[in-house]
Amino acid sequence: MSFEQFMDKAISEWMKGNGPQSEIVISSRVRIARNLDGFPFPMLSTSSQAKQVVQRVYEVLQEDLQNLPEFKNARLIQMDDLQDLDKRVLMEKHLISPHLADESRHGAVILSQDESISIMINEEDHLRVQCLFSGFQLEEAWELANRLDDAFEQKLNYAFDETHGYLTSCPTNVGTGIRASVMVHLPALAMTGHINQLLPAIAQVGLAVRGIYGEGSETLGNLYQISNQVTLGQTEMEIIDKLKGVVRQVIEHEQRARRQVMERSPIQLEDRVLRSLGILKYSRMIDSKEAMSRLSDVRLGIDLGFIQGIQASVMNELMVMTRPGFLQKYAQQRLEPGERDVRRSVLIRERLSMENAH
Amino acid sequence: MQCQECGKRPATLHYTKIINGEKSQFHLCEVCAQEHGEAIPGWNHNFSIHHLLSGFLNLDSTGQGSEEGLGPRSQVLRCPTCGLTYNQFGKIGRFGCSDCYATFGKRLGPLFRRVHGHTTHRGKVPARTGGKLKLRREIEQLQLSLERCVQREEFEEAARLRDRIRTLKQKIEEQA
Repeated sequence: MSFEQFMDKAISEWMKGNGPQSEIVISSRVRIARNLDGFPFPMLSTSSQAKQVVQRVYEVLQEDLQNLPEFKNARLIQMDDLQDLDKRVLMEKHLISPHLADESRHGAVILSQDESISIMINEEDHLRVQCLFSGFQLEEAWELANRLDDAFEQKLNYAFDETHGYLTSCPTNVGTGIRASVMVHLPALAMTGHINQLLPAIAQVGLAVRGIYGEGSETLGNLYQISNQVTLGQTEMEIIDKLKGVVRQVIEHEQRARRQVMERSPIQLEDRVLRSLGILKYSRMIDSKEAMSRLSDVRLGIDLGFIQGIQASVMNELMVMTRPGFLQKYAQQRLEPGERDVRRSVLIRERLSMENAH
Repeated sequence: MQCQECGKRPATLHYTKIINGEKSQFHLCEVCAQEHGEAIPGWNHNFSIHHLLSGFLNLDSTGQGSEEGLGPRSQVLRCPTCGLTYNQFGKIGRFGCSDCYATFGKRLGPLFRRVHGHTTHRGKVPARTGGKLKLRREIEQLQLSLERCVQREEFEEAARLRDRIRTLKQKIEEQA
């Protein structure tokens, strides 16, 4: 397979980097958790119950949902049928969770053609409806998830009670079952050090914030995910609005920090982003930590006009495609970490050579 | 295969232990395996949150729940549908089925208050099966609008709202 073909297949809608405020917001995601009445939650379901759940959901997809334009050419993928590497790739694209990949009993996922909809079956809950868009489109993601939820509810009996709302396996999801999250790129706040004040402030208003791709509290590529914690006692719109409000402020802070850095040390900044571009273009080995931080620099350089002729979406694509699963999928073989570093630099160079940067 | 410990749930963890050359085979469900203290790959990343959750429940430090300690007359609280006990819930931090909510009902209030700051759902209601609750929510909303209309002396609109409320209330009675 040529690199272009591989890329074409690899890119999900959310990685295209073209939504509103995409210079800071990478993606917006809403997922809702639902369970079917009359079945134990997946943790305790028998093999035959788990299969029945997949069957029921699949029937609804075939009979009703397939008429929705969003589900044209949607496919159902069963975890039992997948190789480990293919599961890794879906995980790296944020289309399935590690839990579904490795621990579910007869787990499955329904993916829409552009992969903006992913419906996990037999994850921690029977149904996890996820809508994932590029840029700042939280409300749009919620509206779609809500509509899909209504369509499922026409045919499926949900576990619901008046006091607790939608019943979920984990008490942290009960009520609305909603988890809304926004992935943001905050390089300037990291440079000025203001990120260290901002993150605790976000946590104080009841939202969760964590680095993406990093181990533990470390983050890679200055990427953060901000999400709601509370699912019970607030309406879905209140939850979405609160998150939206906070993200809007984060965007403002990042924009201010970018202006500050531009005014105070433009030449240092230009030097830094172009050095990073040089390393991405000419290195022959690069580990994922360095790759992410160089990609972050280059992305900032593009946003601030220091680098021309490279699409901003390059970073969004490469941060996913340089993950271990993807690299091995592209190489079509298992790779040791050292080999991955070599392959990673090859893949980055191939991707950059598709652009006409100078 | 059923779990060899509880005999109720399907065994999903199968392993062989060799201690001093002596082999023994185990077939356990996730719940009993956790009680045994067996590590299940992947459960670990959720460890902190569920560990925290059990701190919110009234379990004492030995993990032997307070329910046994309440006195001779108290019985182990167990969900009749899936067999999960309250103590197991405390340790795993997950419900086994939707009936667990009703079974553990009153004890869950403090947990929900600490996690969410609330104990009652205010969000979406299923359109098809939500029935009366959906109507009641709508009535509440209309009543608020009605009060506002009266204050602003928009009596025509208020009358319209009152009629709508009456119709909805009738609907609820018909369903009952």
